[in-house]
Amino acid sequence: MAALFSKLATKAFPKSLWVYHCNSGACNGCDIEILNVLTPYYDIERFGMKLVGSPRHADVMLLSGAVTRPTLPLVKRAFEAIPSPKLVFGIGSCAAGGGCWFDTYNVMGGGATAVPVDYLIPGCPPRPEAIIYGVALALGLVDKKAAPIELKQVEFPIDAYLRNKAWEERNVIYRLIKD
Amino acid sequence: MWLTSKIKQIVLALKPGTVTLKYPFEPRPAPKDFRGQPVWDHTKCIGCGGCANHCPARTILMRDLCQDIRVLLYDGARCTYCGRCADLCPEKAIVMSSEYELATGDRNDVTQSIELFMLTCNRCGRCYDMEIKNVIDKLDLRGYRYDSLETRTVLRRTTDRMAPEILDETGTFHRPEKIGG
Repeated sequence: MAALFSKLATKAFPKSLWVYHCNSGACNGCDIEILNVLTPYYDIERFGMKLVGSPRHADVMLLSGAVTRPTLPLVKRAFEAIPSPKLVFGIGSCAAGGGCWFDTYNVMGGGATAVPVDYLIPGCPPRPEAIIYGVALALGLVDKKAAPIELKQVEFPIDAYLRNKAWEERNVIYRLIKD
Repeated sequence: MWLTSKIKQIVLALKPGTVTLKYPFEPRPAPKDFRGQPVWDHTKCIGCGGCANHCPARTILMRDLCQDIRVLLYDGARCTYCGRCADLCPEKAIVMSSEYELATGDRNDVTQSIELFMLTCNRCGRCYDMEIKNVIDKLDLRGYRYDSLETRTVLRRTTDRMAPEILDETGTFHRPEKIGG
């Protein structure tokens, strides 16, 4: 019976995600963009998403802000209060990787230090469209665009350093000036 | 009368029509001068390290693997898209693109790494003026750099000659753990 319910929960989970907005010391930039997403213009209720006040009613945690040290236990408690299965969206550069404050003494540096972040939406703040894109990515409506880029400059055929060293060794005038 | 007020509501609602964007199903380009993900042009980059020195979030890391090869790593997860790197690049090798659809499940998806070929100076290896005059210039890291690419940390340590022993030392760098985390 329990297995049947957990199967049902995982199947019904992406149908209507209720989001809980958790500010862990953000500058309010990302929070304003999250509110923007809830307006009729960028209507996120098309995907069955709805903002709820309590983490106990929620499926998704919208985490904004680099987790500061006073908010760390509170963020952890809010995450534990969300019933499983659950998702965490790290919104903004601070929640994604720590932003400018990844190294600061009173900041834990990113949402990943407090809770497991499933999707990160970089931007400072991210555009409302970027947040919608992240949501659609989680629901499987769009394809992922970001991919790591590796570039390489064309190397010279002869190792210039070794060549210069060999030239220095066999250059007699060079040695005479040195002495 | 509740019915007349409802009819009034319907008339008011019909006037503006549908305002909702069809965004994820229709493309929506960013406005002009929007600063999205910075993009490096590896054919133009000379490897001066100016972007790495001035990045406020320290997202750009430099590591000299040997005399000739320098690796530049950009970690977009904590980039604030300020555009400082594109402003000060002397060769205009960095362009702030209008790409904002960067949401991903993996942190490594928003990184860029470039392997730069550095030419050797015949006289001194690489010409770096290590005698710095003013205080603001002292904040810059000059010479050979040994940042930790694994932990994505800028290590404030430079030398005027390539030092393989420092490279080995910083290769196994661990970031100090914080209380509570």
